[in-house]
Amino acid sequence: MTKAEIREEVLDILADIAPDEDLSGLDDSVSFREQMELDSMDFLDIVMELRKRHRVQVPEDDYVHLASMSSTVDYLEPLMKDIQKV
Amino acid sequence: MYDTLIIGAGMSGLAAGIRLAHFGQRVAILERHYTIGGLNSFYRLRGRNYDVGLHALTNITPKGTKKGPLARLLRQLRFSWDDLQIAPQNGSQIVFPDAKLAFTNDVELLRTEVARQFPSQADRFNKLVDQIVDYDDLTDEHQQLSAREVVSQQITDPLLVEMLFCPLMFYGSAREHDMDWGQFCIMFRSIFLEGLGRPFAGVRLILKLLVKKYRALGGELKLRAGVKRIVTDEARVVGVELEGGDLLEARRVMSSAGWCETMRLCDDGEPVTSRASGQLSFCEAIATLDVPPSTFDYHQTITFFNDSPDFHWTKPTGEMCDVRSGVICSPDNFGYDQPLGEEGTMRVTVLADQDRWMALDEPAYRLAKHRWWDRIIESSVRFVPDYRSRVIDTDMFTPGTIVRYTGHDNGAVYGAPEKQLDGTTHLDNLFVCGTDQGFVGIVGSIISGISMANMHCLRD
Repeated sequence: MTKAEIREEVLDILADIAPDEDLSGLDDSVSFREQMELDSMDFLDIVMELRKRHRVQVPEDDYVHLASMSSTVDYLEPLMKDIQKV
Repeated sequence: MYDTLIIGAGMSGLAAGIRLAHFGQRVAILERHYTIGGLNSFYRLRGRNYDVGLHALTNITPKGTKKGPLARLLRQLRFSWDDLQIAPQNGSQIVFPDAKLAFTNDVELLRTEVARQFPSQADRFNKLVDQIVDYDDLTDEHQQLSAREVVSQQITDPLLVEMLFCPLMFYGSAREHDMDWGQFCIMFRSIFLEGLGRPFAGVRLILKLLVKKYRALGGELKLRAGVKRIVTDEARVVGVELEGGDLLEARRVMSSAGWCETMRLCDDGEPVTSRASGQLSFCEAIATLDVPPSTFDYHQTITFFNDSPDFHWTKPTGEMCDVRSGVICSPDNFGYDQPLGEEGTMRVTVLADQDRWMALDEPAYRLAKHRWWDRIIESSVRFVPDYRSRVIDTDMFTPGTIVRYTGHDNGAVYGAPEKQLDGTTHLDNLFVCGTDQGFVGIVGSIISGISMANMHCLRD
């Protein structure tokens, strides 16, 4: 997957977690916590959705990389580059 | 082999089931009764629909709110706010002799009411609210303090203290006389700072939503499947035996049956810890009216009443019910888009002595139900317009009804006074959720199922 495709996937997960949220104006450089008020339970969900959908394992020590969209995509790129977009 | 077996198809068990099924676990919910819901359920009687359990949902925050238990519930279960079809309360009141506090889902009204009727307490009340807002339920070391002591440090008028405790205790205190400070803060926020609401179709809408989602995710629901024992092997659960004799193997078990009730199911020979069962149970008198209450100019959603300056939150002594105090709920009086129906309903809930109710034989029980229906309703009309000439049908639930549907010892509505907040037990792979884990109310019990599933069943 390309960075743009990974971003789409993360966006899809966020839309699934928060269906009432308007994600069109999401600022990639600002933390999810700040913009969407996501809490620790929600971060666990992002991790589990990644595992469920793409078999990507994010160890607990790496959760810090999932703070904003841009840091998440940067972190996931090496892990997901060999995954085919379906 | 199941990944997780869940005991009880109430709000917490169904919510836990959704979380686990969503993430691909093989999961089954085992329900002793022929229907789902447990404490919060619904039934049909002589052509009319009734709710059992909570009068309203607490924790109601407006659509778009990102913080708080309701927002968390929606995200975790992948629901939209609109799915719950919640209509907010019209407004409620706490009525004591010589004082009445009105409140809505906007806390400003309660602040104004306190300032008007207890001028000397206005600043103190605002400080108390700030303290409650700041309370962090996960880290606060003062969780177990006596709420009466903490509140009394701020509020010096004893009548106001009693009036604030009355609704919070009725809607969620398993402990007599007092509450834990932590529980007080959670209840205060859920009722006064967030608010009350109800789906047009009542509790059934929420239960059906949960079951539908759970089943769509591949979860199994087994009704009339009471658990006879939790089978253990060397300090681990290996499965359960159903009352019918079937054995189901599982990697772990999550039980919403209650703390003592779950411990008794374990076959490992450990003595059931001497944790006290709850003592507080309810009777509810239900009156169906030929018109909605708004016809006789009654618009309150909930009226909490108490007929003396002191509020007594204890098991009744000497009588089968304590009618000095109670909760009057009118399901018609929420802000729906259309009237609930051509008829109306008044539900009046009071404390009951489960020992006396459970000791009755069938004829005496039926007689007692009639006698106490009259007395409960009679007590309620001291605080709301007298609706007795409008009654066209009646029903009554008692501690016996609660035992039958929930299996809770003593028909204890809010379970055991001592909670197991982390949900763990003496067995590595047995956990508890629901009332005895510590959250109450519909939103609370759903959150309980979610958080226990997250904490104990989704980490490996």
